[in-house]
Amino acid sequence: MGSPVLRLVAQRIALGILLLLAVSVLIFAGTQILPGDVAQAILGQSATPESLANLREQLGLNDPAYVRYFRWLGGVVTGDLGTAMSSGQDIATSIKGRLWNTLFLAFWAAIVAIPLAVILGLIAVRYRNGWVDKLISGLALASASFPEFFIGYVLVYFFAVKWQIFPGISTVYDSMPFGERMQAIALPATALTLVVLAHMMRMTRAAILNVMQSAYVETAELKGLSAFNVIRKHAFPNAIAPIISVVMLNLAYLIVGVVVVEVIFVYPGMGQYLVDHVTKRDVPVVQAVGLVFAAVYISLNIIADIGAIVANPRLRHPK
Amino acid sequence: MADTKAKPGQPKQGLLLDIRNLRIEATVYPPGEPPKNIVLVHDVSLTLEKGKVLGLIGESGAGKSTIGLSSMGYGRGGVRITGGEVLLNGRDILKGGKEGFRKLRGREVCYVAQSAAAAFNPAHRLMDQVVEATLLHGTATRAEAEKRAVALFKKLSLPNPETIGERFPHQVSGGQLQRVMTAMALCSEPDLIVFDEPTTALDVTTQIDVLAAIKEAIRDTHVAALYITHDLAVVAQVSDEIMVLRDGKKVEHGETRRIIEAPRTDYTKALVSVRSIEHEEKELTPTALLSVRGATAAYGGGVVKVLQNVSVDVRPGQTLAVVGESGSGKSTLARVVTGLLPPISGSITFAGRTLAPRLAARSKDDLRELQMIYQMADVAMNPRQPVGTIIGRPLEFYFGMRGRERDHRVAELLDEIEMGKGFMDRYPAELSGGQKQRVCIARALAAKPKLIICDEVTSALDPLVANGILKLLLNLQQHEKVAYLFITHDLATVKSIADSIAVMYRGEVVRYGAKSKVLTPPFDAYTDLLLSSVPEMEIGWLEKAIKGRRIESGGH
Repeated sequence: MGSPVLRLVAQRIALGILLLLAVSVLIFAGTQILPGDVAQAILGQSATPESLANLREQLGLNDPAYVRYFRWLGGVVTGDLGTAMSSGQDIATSIKGRLWNTLFLAFWAAIVAIPLAVILGLIAVRYRNGWVDKLISGLALASASFPEFFIGYVLVYFFAVKWQIFPGISTVYDSMPFGERMQAIALPATALTLVVLAHMMRMTRAAILNVMQSAYVETAELKGLSAFNVIRKHAFPNAIAPIISVVMLNLAYLIVGVVVVEVIFVYPGMGQYLVDHVTKRDVPVVQAVGLVFAAVYISLNIIADIGAIVANPRLRHPK
Repeated sequence: MADTKAKPGQPKQGLLLDIRNLRIEATVYPPGEPPKNIVLVHDVSLTLEKGKVLGLIGESGAGKSTIGLSSMGYGRGGVRITGGEVLLNGRDILKGGKEGFRKLRGREVCYVAQSAAAAFNPAHRLMDQVVEATLLHGTATRAEAEKRAVALFKKLSLPNPETIGERFPHQVSGGQLQRVMTAMALCSEPDLIVFDEPTTALDVTTQIDVLAAIKEAIRDTHVAALYITHDLAVVAQVSDEIMVLRDGKKVEHGETRRIIEAPRTDYTKALVSVRSIEHEEKELTPTALLSVRGATAAYGGGVVKVLQNVSVDVRPGQTLAVVGESGSGKSTLARVVTGLLPPISGSITFAGRTLAPRLAARSKDDLRELQMIYQMADVAMNPRQPVGTIIGRPLEFYFGMRGRERDHRVAELLDEIEMGKGFMDRYPAELSGGQKQRVCIARALAAKPKLIICDEVTSALDPLVANGILKLLLNLQQHEKVAYLFITHDLATVKSIADSIAVMYRGEVVRYGAKSKVLTPPFDAYTDLLLSSVPEMEIGWLEKAIKGRRIESGGH
C-alpha cells in the first residue's frame, strides 16, 4: 500500500464525516420547521399555556436552536439518541435490536443477490446479444420493474398461502433459533433480492462490455484463452470499480430502502420502526432513524470509493 | 504440431505458412442504408519459409493487419474469412474450428500489437501476462517459463531483467513495454510472430532501439515473422521479403532489396520516393510576425515546468518547424502561443502588438489572425455539421457573412483545398482522413489568418496522403502569404516544409536557426541522435545508425 492510497482513503473518510455532520444539521433543521414542538406533542390536547411553558423550560426548548442542536449532537456522539415520546423508551436500545434485524435481513439478501448478479452479468456478456443474454436481461428488468410490494404479495400468495412452505409473516425474536430465523426471513430476503438484482446485473454487464473493447482483451483472445476466461481473468478485474460502486448502492438500498418490504412482512426492523413512529409523529425517533440511515448510506459509499481506489493498480502501485 | 517443431536455437527449414486465395469480408452498416457486404481482402496468396521475415506494407485499409491476423484465424470486429486456405505447418487452420484456433493462438502463432501500452492488461503484473500463454498451453512449467522470460528480457536489453516482470504496465515506459510484448510473444516459442506496426506509436529515437531489439531477437530465435507496417524504411531493416498491398489486393511482392531499389509498379515507386518534397528555404526577413521571448510555462500551479525560457520567431509568410519527441514541450509551446496556457514569465508579440497571456483577454482580431489545425481532424470537427457549415462558421463569426455571399466564399475555399463545392453538404464521417484534414485547413484559412499553428497535422495520415497535405500547405503559403508554426516529431516532414527549425528537448530549445544551418554539422548530441534515428530507405541502415550513436535515447 503506497502513500497515495492512504492519503485518498483518509480524504474520503474525512469527507464522509463532514457530509454526515451536514446531514445531521439538515435533519435537525427539518424537524424544527414542522409546526408545533415536542412539548406540544407530548402534552397533546391537555396542554395549557402554563404546563407548556413548564415543560419547555424542563426540556430546554427555550434555548436557541444551535444550543439545542449541539446538545442533541453531543448526545448522538456519546450514544444517547434520546427517548421516544410515544413509549418513553430509550431510542438507542430499541434501535440496536432493530438495526441488527435489518442488517441480518440485508446480509442474507446480499449474500444471495451479489454473487448471483455478478455471475449472471458475466454469463450475459459471454453470450452477449444471444438469447441467453436477452432472457437474463429481460427477466432481471421485469423483476426490477414490479413494485416491491407487488413482488412481496405474490411471494406471500404462492409460498405462504398456497403451498405453505414459508411463513407469510416474518416475526423474529431474540432467542429464536437460527434455522427458524432463516425460514422467517426467506420471503422478504427473496423479495429484496429480486428488487436489487437487475440493477447490479445490468451494471456488471455494461461495465464488462465496456472493457471488452480494450486492446488487452484482444491480446488475451490471441493467447488462446477461452471466451469465459478472457472475461473472468482480463475483463472483470478492470470492471471492478463500477461494479463495487453499484453493489454498494444496492447494499445501501437493502438497509435503508427496506421500509415497504418490512411493513409487508411485519418484520421488526428499522424500516417498520420508522414507519410506526412517523405515524405517531415521534420526532426524536424519526431524527435518530434518519441519522442512522444517513450514516449507513454514507459509509457504504465510502467503502465503494475506497474499493475503487484499492482496485486501481495505478494508485496501489505508484510509479 | 509438436513433431513438426524443430528445437529452438537451430535454424529451421521448409514452408511454414502458405496462404492461398484468401478472401476476407465484413458487413458494414451505413446509416440510413441496408447493411452490405464489403470485401476487405481479394484473393491474396503468400508463402513464408520457416525463420524468414515477410514485410506486409500498405496504407490504412490495405488489409495488411487483416491478413496478418488471419494466420491466427482471428477476425477483428466481425470480419469474416470467407474463402481460401491458410496452411500452417502443412494443415489448413481454417478447418480446425474454434477449438483449433485456441490451440494455435499463443502457441504456434503469437501477436505483437501496435500499442503495447494498450495491449497489456493494467490489472496484472507483466510477468503473469508474459508467461500466461505458455502456461495455458502447458508447454512449460511456471518456473521454466519465468526463466525463459527473464532470458528474453535480457536479450531485448530491458533494464533490470530479473525484476521488471514484477512491475505493472503503467510502471514501465512505452518503448520498454513494446519490448516486453515481444518477449511475451517469444516466450511460448512459437513458429510465427505477427508484428502489427510494433514501432509506429514510438518516438523515432525509441523506435530505433526497439527495432534493433526485435531484429536481434528474430535472428537469434529463428522465429518466422509477418512484419506489418506502413513505413517502408522500417520494414526494409528487418524483412527478407516485402509484399506491397493496396485496397486488399497484392500490388507487388519481392525480395526487400529488389522492392526498394527497383520497384516495378507505380504505387510502390510512389511509396519509395514518398519523402522527397524539395523545399527551397526562404531568406529570413529581419522582422518577425510572431516573437516568443523567454517563455516559461508549467502545469499544476507552477510545479511541473514544461517550457523553460523558450525564445523563437516566426517570420511573415514563412514556416518555423518545432521538432522534438513526446514530452519535449512542443505542443505546450502551441498552447502558450494560443493563450490556452498562460506562461509564468516571458512575452509574446504578434504582428507588432503584445498578445495578452490569457485567451479570454485577447481581441477578436488576435483570435482571427492566429488559427490552429490539429492532429486529429475528425475530432476537431462537429460530426453533426456538414462541411459547408464547418467552413462557413468563421466567415459568419469574424466577417459577418451570410447566405449567398458566405456560400460563395465557402466554395472558393473548397476550391483552394482541391476539393470542389460538391463537398459542401457532406458530413465529416463521409470524408477520408486526408479530406478531413483539408476541411480543417479550409476552416483555418477562412479567417484570413496571418499565422496557422499546425500541431502534428500529418502524423495520423498515411505517407502518400500526408505528402498531399504538405504540398497543399506549401501552395497555400505561396498564395496566401500565411506563416506556419509547424509542430512535428517527424524530421522528414520538417525537411519538406520548414524555413527555420527549433529543436526542443525537455522543455528547452536546444538548437534553433535557418533550416540549412540547423541540419548542417556539427550537431549537438541530441540533434545528432534525432537525425540519425530517422529510418532511411537503405538496407543495413539500422546497424550503421546504432553503431554511430553518441548518446542513448531516453527510452520513452
